Amino acid sequence: MMSNTTQATAAAPAAAPIHSVDEPRGGDPRPATATAVKIKARDVNVYYGDKHALKHVDLDINENEVTALIGPSGCGKSTFLRCLNRMNDVIDSCRVVGDITLDEADIYDPSLDVVQLRARVGMVFQKPNPFPKSIYDNVAYGPRIHGLAHNKADIDDIVRQSLERAGLLKEVHDRLDQPGTGLSGGQQQRLCIARAIAVNPEVILMDEPCSALDPIATARIEELIDELRENFTIVIVTHSMQQAARVSQRTAFFHLGDLVEVGNTEQIFTNPKDSRTQGYITGRFG
Amino acid sequence: MVDQHIVRQFDEELDEMRAVIAQMGGLVEQQMANAIAAIGRRDDALARRCQEADAEIDAMEDKIEALTLRMLALRQPVALDLRAILAALKIAHDLERMGDYATNVAKRASALAQLPEVGPINGIVRMGRLTHSVIKDVLDSYSEPNVDKAVAAWNRDQEIDQMYTSLFRELLTYMMEDPRNITPCAHLLFVAKNIERIGDHATNIAETVYFQEMGTRLEGLRPKGDRTSYAVVEPPEPDAAP
Repeated sequence: MMSNTTQATAAAPAAAPIHSVDEPRGGDPRPATATAVKIKARDVNVYYGDKHALKHVDLDINENEVTALIGPSGCGKSTFLRCLNRMNDVIDSCRVVGDITLDEADIYDPSLDVVQLRARVGMVFQKPNPFPKSIYDNVAYGPRIHGLAHNKADIDDIVRQSLERAGLLKEVHDRLDQPGTGLSGGQQQRLCIARAIAVNPEVILMDEPCSALDPIATARIEELIDELRENFTIVIVTHSMQQAARVSQRTAFFHLGDLVEVGNTEQIFTNPKDSRTQGYITGRFG
Repeated sequence: MVDQHIVRQFDEELDEMRAVIAQMGGLVEQQMANAIAAIGRRDDALARRCQEADAEIDAMEDKIEALTLRMLALRQPVALDLRAILAALKIAHDLERMGDYATNVAKRASALAQLPEVGPINGIVRMGRLTHSVIKDVLDSYSEPNVDKAVAAWNRDQEIDQMYTSLFRELLTYMMEDPRNITPCAHLLFVAKNIERIGDHATNIAETVYFQEMGTRLEGLRPKGDRTSYAVVEPPEPDAAP
């Protein structure tokens, strides 16, 4: 191995292999490139009462990358997503075992402030759920309660910037005082994204963010996800495999509570290693 | 893993695609066998039938293009399905080229039938039979599918190339011996070249079968036995290259 490395540096730089054929079966939880790891999950198990919903999951989420979680209903992908900002805490019967770290710090540390954690790890849900308030107040709510702004001008700035980054400002700039619920579905979802990024999070979790939207609104959100990747780390749960293929750099496939395979999205969709992944993504019973 | 898609129509389309490839392969095999037989038996009638049959192979390539285009547009195939569809598209193209080369051989057979017989015809027929058996193995490796068989067939192309090189030399000696041999020998030279090209396309198909099954390229250089480029001159020193 060492001699190979020396050889490689001496010769011209080798082209990156199209398929990472040397990845062990089931995939490698570590990133293929030298990208920094933002969230590290090790031996994560989740129980709903007696039901073992997530089994021994090891997964790294890379910084400034989109990681897609795919799998059939009930496979544990949303459960895993909700572990990442401790949304499972609110479910009484739910028990999470294992280590999840955000920038090397344990997010299940009892001394950790969950509210602060959720400001760092924001979330966008399946159905757009704007507050029954004005467009402006929807976005301003987070920065206000987190004390991120000291005066009206600061808040104005944050609101405009967030709407701009969510690609919504042009469409709503002249009606910020109107109710957010009056927007179209796609606009409402982008408002929710603006609301999530207004508190300047580091990670954004998205739970099927496009499943209630039409194809045009979906394309806008996908384009937005790609732009947001520059500043945020994104984890997205999706039932649309084409969406996972389009927006993500890494894809993780869950099945019956197991993390079956994780790898570069291109590899997963052209040459998956596990027959269950193959069966699922090609539309066979797997 | 279960082989059936949830959407059964997709399976039917994939089956149809494979069936058309198998049929097309069968036609090319037949075309090849007839062209070689026409050379060996100096059979102009067979050679002409052979030339007419090429249109059918071309039509099948069009059919594969239409089928694969439709599946790419409507099924958004991924993983092994995507590889199978791309493979069919590539194999159809290779088979179409092989059909063309076999037709060229048949055309030369018509010309040769009207010329005096020359010695190396037996060598050409042997080379044709060898190539025919490689084609058969490659097509079997596709329909089974069987990667080992594909790799074995891929390696056998070297034999075809070596046979081509020795035929080339042999034909040169006949032409030097008697200028009246030049016309038939020139035809035979083209026939040998066409058969050699058919062998190359057969190795392409073997590579495609490998990719379809394994998801990676067949590693290593293709074995090369064709040395005719340097048949009467010395090849450049290997260490002269940078």
